[in-house]
Amino acid sequence: MRAFAKKLRVLLAVQYAYMLEYRGEIFLWIVVTVLPLIMLGPWMAAGASGRFPLDEREFARYFVAVFVVRQFSLCWVIYEFEGLVVSGRLSPQLLLPIDPAWRYIAAHVSEFASRAPFVLAITLVVVAMFPAAVTADDGGWLLPGPGAIALAAIATASAFALRFLMQYSLSMGALWIERISAFDRLQMLPYLFLSGLVAPLEVFPERVREVVLWTPFPYLVWFPARLLAGGDVGPPARAVGIMLGWSLAFWVLMRWLWRRGLRHYSAMGA
Amino acid sequence: MPPIVTVAGLTKHYQVAEKAPGLAGALAHFFRRRYKAVLAVKGITFAIEPGEIVGFLGPNGAGKTTVLKMLSGLVHPTAGTVRVADRVPFAREKQLLMSITLVMGGKQQLIWDLPARDSYRINAAVYELDDATAATRVAALASMLDMAANLDKPVRKLSLGERMKAELIAALLHHPKVLFLDEPTLGLDVNAQATIRTFLAEYCRSTGATILLTSHYMADITALCQRVLVIDQGVLRYDGSLAGIHERFAPYREVSIELARPIDRAQLAGMGEIESLEGRSAKLLVDRSKLTQVVARVMGELEVTDLTVSDPPIEQVIAKVFKDGATAAAAPPAAP
Repeated sequence: MRAFAKKLRVLLAVQYAYMLEYRGEIFLWIVVTVLPLIMLGPWMAAGASGRFPLDEREFARYFVAVFVVRQFSLCWVIYEFEGLVVSGRLSPQLLLPIDPAWRYIAAHVSEFASRAPFVLAITLVVVAMFPAAVTADDGGWLLPGPGAIALAAIATASAFALRFLMQYSLSMGALWIERISAFDRLQMLPYLFLSGLVAPLEVFPERVREVVLWTPFPYLVWFPARLLAGGDVGPPARAVGIMLGWSLAFWVLMRWLWRRGLRHYSAMGA
Repeated sequence: MPPIVTVAGLTKHYQVAEKAPGLAGALAHFFRRRYKAVLAVKGITFAIEPGEIVGFLGPNGAGKTTVLKMLSGLVHPTAGTVRVADRVPFAREKQLLMSITLVMGGKQQLIWDLPARDSYRINAAVYELDDATAATRVAALASMLDMAANLDKPVRKLSLGERMKAELIAALLHHPKVLFLDEPTLGLDVNAQATIRTFLAEYCRSTGATILLTSHYMADITALCQRVLVIDQGVLRYDGSLAGIHERFAPYREVSIELARPIDRAQLAGMGEIESLEGRSAKLLVDRSKLTQVVARVMGELEVTDLTVSDPPIEQVIAKVFKDGATAAAAPPAAP
């Protein structure tokens, strides 16, 4: 266990050093993922109209929270893995006595760490531009408490784990058909609409929301964002159960595909 | 001691999509994909004893790299059995991965934008070396390869030769017992090639490691290997000593003659294949069985000032084997 902890620690440290080589690029990656902040304006206007279950301030809080949650749960392993398979660069990783997945997890977590200062700065700017996001009914400050932040952090980490497992399972397809990332783009559609990225689940019709809550998507963005912004997320046991269930299902699928896929790996180009 | 590598009936087939050139070919490929079965390796069998350094020769596309990929567990064989250090490579058991390495010239495991030392930190942790051991080994390997001054530069700033040396340090940090080296000197200048050869010889001498080495540079093979495997079109053509290659593939000897005065080609007629004739120097390739007879004729019929008989250079023999692949293919494979 200590040896494994050391492996993870070193992977994280080296990957973090690698990420710091590309500070400018990281900032640009954050800029291209500001969709929630773009959605913020229209939804605040919609909230002000009084025709939706959330008001202007709730929409503002929600989308700022979505921005933060998304910055720490993004996943791109499918593009990385596909590139490694197609170029044969997966081979050196397969020769090491550690599952390559740990390297990718370390790369993601290291990037989240290197994003943190930028995310904090952008969030402060956005809050300054949209003070409604931190304004209470009585006009005072409304900031998430330590408990809400802790729960949201755990939920965000779980959201990343689930998203990673979903995308990594799909990545295994690269061992058969190589260009698997097209399938990820295909599943971006349900991800965008069902995760709460472009609209909170509260604006969905009741029956649609009930069905969507059984899919993995709301737990990738909406659930942790709602915990951070404050609001009803339904029975916690159900949310935790559904997240764990999907995570387990994708883990089993990923391991099965991994074992079978390696038989197809031709190590081309290497 | 049992062999450290055993291969029996090893076979690998690939399915490769075929596409005709041009727009029509692209459209046809889009709607109806055609696949061709490629028989990369055809039932080869050999064994390698611990501590041996074996050269693995063959022309491009002969199946050498595919065999190395199967031996290191990257690729699953279609048929046959492989055991390396008494384990099945494809199972990717930790104990096996801890005791082998595969170095592919032109391919890298080092992180491009960071100093090599950072990649070594990962390898040291992954191979469960303590910090002191890892530091000692990096220093020793870097010293042997004259790389100590380059370990803190980003890998992308290193020259090709320096990168290859840095890759070797990464690949050997865990002191593997079995090294699969695929063109480790590819593209390097003669000095770098010589350094790597010396290093590999020294590494094996000090650790008792086993090496299976492919290289298109015969100097690598002649400097390091006593035994060679020759593979062509997926079939093992030869397994034996380097010297034995002459007997199997070059049943002739080279007779170099220095003459008192220039002669014309007609005067060498019937003595053997004229390899060269320039002024007073001639070189003949003579069938071994007729060597005594030919030398007697040369001495009797020509004014000879000097005469030497030697085996043709190994590079020449190997080149001839690959060039005459069809002829070689017709010959029965040598017994191991």
